Amino acid sequence: MAQAPALVGGFELPSGPRLPRIGSVDAVALEERAATLAKRSIKRESKVQALELAVRMMDLTTLEGQDTPGKVAALCSKAMRPDPLDLSVPSVAAICIYPSLVGIAKERLAGSGVKVASVATAFPSGQSPTEIKLAETRAVVELGADEVDMVIDRGAFLSGRYAKVFDEIVRVKEACGDAHLKVILETGELGTYDNVRRASLIAIAAGADFIKSSTGKVSPAATLPVTLCMMEVVRDVYAETGHVVGIKPAGGIRASKQAVQYLVTLYETLGPRWMTPDLFRFGASSLLNDVLMQLRKEKTGRYQSADYFTID
Amino acid sequence: MAQVEKRAGSLPATFEWEYAPAPEARDIVQIRERYGLFVGGEEVEPKTDQWFASVSPSTEETLFEVAQAGEADVALAVDAARDAFDNGWSALAPSERAKYLFRLARLIQERSRELAVAESLDGGKPIRESRDVDIPLAAAHFFYYAGWADKLEYAYPGRNPRPLGVAAQIIPWNFPLLMLAWKIAPALACGNTVVLKPAETTPLTAMLFADICRQAELPPGVVNLVTGDGATGAYLVQNEGIDKLAFTGSTEVGKLIMRELAGRDVKMTLELGGKAANIVFDDAALDQAVEGIVNGIYFNQGHVCCAGSRLLVQESIYEPLLEKLKRRLSTLRVGDPLDKNTDVGAINSKAQLDKISELVASGEAEGAEIYQPECRLPERGYWFVPTLFTNVAQSYRIAQEEIFGPVLSVLTFRTPEEAVEKANNTPYGLSAGVWTEKGSRILWMVERLRAGVVWANTYNRFDPTSPFGGYKESGFGREGGRHGLEPYLRFDE
Repeated sequence: MAQAPALVGGFELPSGPRLPRIGSVDAVALEERAATLAKRSIKRESKVQALELAVRMMDLTTLEGQDTPGKVAALCSKAMRPDPLDLSVPSVAAICIYPSLVGIAKERLAGSGVKVASVATAFPSGQSPTEIKLAETRAVVELGADEVDMVIDRGAFLSGRYAKVFDEIVRVKEACGDAHLKVILETGELGTYDNVRRASLIAIAAGADFIKSSTGKVSPAATLPVTLCMMEVVRDVYAETGHVVGIKPAGGIRASKQAVQYLVTLYETLGPRWMTPDLFRFGASSLLNDVLMQLRKEKTGRYQSADYFTID
Repeated sequence: MAQVEKRAGSLPATFEWEYAPAPEARDIVQIRERYGLFVGGEEVEPKTDQWFASVSPSTEETLFEVAQAGEADVALAVDAARDAFDNGWSALAPSERAKYLFRLARLIQERSRELAVAESLDGGKPIRESRDVDIPLAAAHFFYYAGWADKLEYAYPGRNPRPLGVAAQIIPWNFPLLMLAWKIAPALACGNTVVLKPAETTPLTAMLFADICRQAELPPGVVNLVTGDGATGAYLVQNEGIDKLAFTGSTEVGKLIMRELAGRDVKMTLELGGKAANIVFDDAALDQAVEGIVNGIYFNQGHVCCAGSRLLVQESIYEPLLEKLKRRLSTLRVGDPLDKNTDVGAINSKAQLDKISELVASGEAEGAEIYQPECRLPERGYWFVPTLFTNVAQSYRIAQEEIFGPVLSVLTFRTPEEAVEKANNTPYGLSAGVWTEKGSRILWMVERLRAGVVWANTYNRFDPTSPFGGYKESGFGREGGRHGLEPYLRFDE
């Protein structure tokens, strides 16, 4: 069983080095900084560069009760070739789906380089016994998921049982084996940036490869300030220990303009080395078409009707 | 440890991302070749027949010529103000005065883009700041004091507040239109008329404001503008017809003015230099404190009298904070003031650039350690790389003198008592900043810091409702808020 973290002195990574002090976050100044970064004016070639990167960073997502193999198959085609009229547009990073659809997605995406990410651990609430969460994790990995998006136990977190949260992540990480683990904090339920910072550190200490903001089922989902707050944690961890963690804002990012704002924030907070799908993802469904539309506009000089972009 | 190294080693190749230029269009502002003086509601040529060039500090190009007002010109302006005061303005119903002020406020808002571009062209400050800070705040000041114009009796119940007469006002080059608003709005609201001298290097927005006064149909002579250098300012101070003098600028000139006005019945307010301490405790939210430090000293190229130019850091967090600060400095974008992505613009003038360079050289000579991020500066224009000094002793000139540029001196402290002692150990006392998560410590500090403004967990935040002014050699009198009315009124008691 993993060691529960002592909150006062900071955390240890599984491999030993000490994480930074927990510290605190000033909400007013954090939001002000995010607002300033959102005002950057990104034009022409720098915009095209950003939009193409945004496509490569996308976890194209469908997480609905009505998802079917047919729906997922269509999404897989879109993921591999987002714009059939412009083959220079790259594939997305991954598709993000429910466990029961991992099989079909794996089949469709075989050999394409597009990853399959599956949610697990009683998504979205996380309110199930740990054993069931572990079993679900093992199941999706067995089905072939490359990445696992787990949720933290917010009930435990908000009642101060941090050790329970930590412990569960450690065990899910073990169950993942070689699969990449993204830990969803569900920041919309945590209430304060201080809590977001604390939860981020717990997740990183417990072995998360990525910290992810939201399930998309709770409002607010990802916001620029909350993502900035998570980036600052990742920056502190890197500065202190050299340990590298990715970030995934998810939910609520629908417009290209927003995506560019997130990339500006990433660039000016963590620098050029984080500007890669290995370390940053967008969890989104409707964002892709807006990005495609903007890309086409930048390339041709004209906006085209939404009818020219496939709805999948 | 092995696992950590493996992950760190797997970092991918870097992604270089240059933001394409995003300049604000400059053709929104029509700059004439020449601007005369604004006296009695009309533009007049100077009796001196002398003109001087106003240069854009970011390109060194001459933008326009402006009149050099001499003694006779100043006297005419004061006479025009006296005439307007005696024949109408002082007797006007206060609610009518308010209408004019509201009109000026709205016109500033309507022409905000033009004014922002003009401010950045003439003064070198980034358009992001002139657009988001200078111009909106200038309009806000007129709105705020418009509201007071017919409520003076309530501000000073039973004291029969009345206007003074002609107010002479001299403003600096760091916030040209905003300082004009700080001066003119309360003066007019209280029923005075004004003669204002804009700074030598930044008269453009004042010239546009003259046009705004005409658009607002402000009665002739209520606002008069005389341009020129220090000599023009001296004529204004020496003029026998003024009832009030308001000056914002250097402590040196402030002392000269006080000497000049000694023994004369002229009410005075001086807002002078500063060497503010920005104090960061070990429990502060560090990333946000870094933002505050950057905003405190690199905002407007450090041309801010209340700039947080001395950083006092609690020793226990010195290293992580400095590391964060240096990293943040490397992301500051220095360059074309009209580019919407520029964070730090041009130094206002050659003279100021020389002064900054001289003080920075003295810091290095005295033994402080200099840090400047890598930074490509434009070839033409006046520029200075955002700079910070560590290993600074309290006795160094860079810790004592006002640099008025993007230069930060970093010192450390161990206890709150020591922080207060070091913060107060300066002839100035304009502002200070305190960064801590502990509310009780903020209050404890505020009681002990001898500074007119103390910001807690923020910096350089201004609002027309909040009084601003100094202790000690930072001057006296308050501008802004209800306090800002008093210097423009006399009372029967």
